[in-house]
Amino acid sequence: MNRLTRIAYLAVVYLFFYFPIGVLIVYSFNNASYSLLWHGFTLNWYKELLSDTDLQSVAWHSLSVGILAATIATMLGTLTAVSLYRYRFKGKKLLHGMIFVMIVSPDIVMAISLLILFSTLKAPLGFWTLLLSHVTFCMPFVAVTVYSRIAGLDKNIFEAAKDLGASDFTILLRVIIPLLWPAILAGWLLSFTLSLDDVIISFFVTGPDFDILPLKIFSMVKLGVKPEINALCSVMFALTLLIVLIAQLVLRKKQ
Amino acid sequence: MSNNLIEIRGVSKHFPDHPVLHNINLEIRNGEFLTLLGPSGCGKTTLLRLISGFEEPSSGAIYLDGKDIAGIPPHQRHVNTVFQSYALFPHMDVFDNVAFGLRCKGIAKDEVEQRVHEVLRMVKLDTFLRRKPHQLSGGQQQRVAIARAVINKPLVLLLDEPLSSLDYRLRKTMQIELKQLQKQLGITFIFVTHDQEEALSMSDRVVVMHDGEIQQIGTPRQVYEEPDNLQVAKFIGEVNIFETKVLAADDKQLQVEIEGKLFTLKNRRKYKAEQTLYTLVRPEDLQVWSPSEVNDTETMFSAVVEEVIYKGCTVDLMLRLMSGKRLAATQFFNEDDEKLDFLLGEAVWVHWIPGWEVILPHEA
Repeated sequence: MNRLTRIAYLAVVYLFFYFPIGVLIVYSFNNASYSLLWHGFTLNWYKELLSDTDLQSVAWHSLSVGILAATIATMLGTLTAVSLYRYRFKGKKLLHGMIFVMIVSPDIVMAISLLILFSTLKAPLGFWTLLLSHVTFCMPFVAVTVYSRIAGLDKNIFEAAKDLGASDFTILLRVIIPLLWPAILAGWLLSFTLSLDDVIISFFVTGPDFDILPLKIFSMVKLGVKPEINALCSVMFALTLLIVLIAQLVLRKKQ
Repeated sequence: MSNNLIEIRGVSKHFPDHPVLHNINLEIRNGEFLTLLGPSGCGKTTLLRLISGFEEPSSGAIYLDGKDIAGIPPHQRHVNTVFQSYALFPHMDVFDNVAFGLRCKGIAKDEVEQRVHEVLRMVKLDTFLRRKPHQLSGGQQQRVAIARAVINKPLVLLLDEPLSSLDYRLRKTMQIELKQLQKQLGITFIFVTHDQEEALSMSDRVVVMHDGEIQQIGTPRQVYEEPDNLQVAKFIGEVNIFETKVLAADDKQLQVEIEGKLFTLKNRRKYKAEQTLYTLVRPEDLQVWSPSEVNDTETMFSAVVEEVIYKGCTVDLMLRLMSGKRLAATQFFNEDDEKLDFLLGEAVWVHWIPGWEVILPHEA
């Protein structure tokens, strides 16, 4: 009885999580344009997706912004975490606090403030403003992820490295980064995901000539959910799953 | 050039919220095994960190091999540290851990390989090259930490309570190994510990510290048998302390009253009459007799046995005098006393052989 409830409970939880995604994937193979009924299996929507060059270029925009933003944010966030942990400097506590403020502050606030900043600077809205914004909102997440890992390490390790004759740069390269590698990878993945599906901030800070997936999909569904979008989302889901799997494999090897 | 490898001159260290070291003066000789001994918080680790360069003194100077080392960062000092937590690099195997220092100095690959093998053979770990730290026992990790430090051939090796996380038996073994290693390498060791037994058994000289000040510097025998003050006596080993009134004194002898009995003791430190002093007697210097064994009880105290602790090679007694004062006495088995059977509540006579006591002045 007890065992049965546990399994049932777990099933309900997983159902709650993954049923919508399952439905989406199933319907991406449905041979009908606007029906909730099953009309047979087809790969048409995927074929259509492949021939839609417009959507492909938008997807490429998203992917490149995601990769670049995640990479830059990871570098900056890691350095922030390392300096917060290792060095004493003026404004350290303030910086530490501000990171959390950035995480909890509503997207809309950040979006508007970035928009005001860019228009004051008369920066043309497009790829660069979008990239900068994504780096900005991803960085605190990386900093927090990496900091929690570095704070769990024995502080003497860094002193030992220094004692053995390592310069700060050597310590960063040969001790800190290898030790923080799992957290850095996690921070990158988190940033990539955040960047890939951000709607609110992106809506304000990108221009008409640099469209990205979430915004494109958003405008497409205003006219009803086409199965092509189902197919697109299924592909994105598969891609995410693949990245997570690779990350898991890499980390397991490291262990 | 004197043979002092390190000279510490008037060094003080204050952290923002509290002072840690006051006016430390210390000379460390080349090739000696020196121990900084004191309770936690006495500043011994801070003194070590001043030498390694992780802290800078607030005032005073430290000379290493004749040169003032103020402002020289840790990685440029010819000094290495073995940390209490070992601080091995968890992502590197034994070989890479030990090779780290040499690689930082850009030493050729062949030489690195040769020297790592050599030093690992010395600490008996040459078959563990490819193990990661978490695959080693505490004692083995300890050896890697030592190997990683000594491979750089430092002028001084600093050891910050390196044995404190090992179990008792292993600690004993490592004490002997460390001492042998030190002789073999001829490197000066500065060893920090709060374990007085460890300090006494390993060191050439012991520096007893308390509250940021050096209380006494001497050989293990000196600090144990002739403590300079109560602080030292109480910290190193157990001690019974008697309040002592001086009735008369000349250059050679003191007439004193202890617990209502009269004694004539040697006046080694030129005390004067009317002074109040402390007489210190180690538990192993107290002898305990049952009433049937003694005739002359003139210089003996009457006591009651309160506790008997059998320790194998000794029997430790807790005694209570008529005045309510408690004494610790350690009795050894020998041909006079083969049994050492003491009963709880038994009345006994206690005394020590005159001359084995230490007499210290009252401290403010």
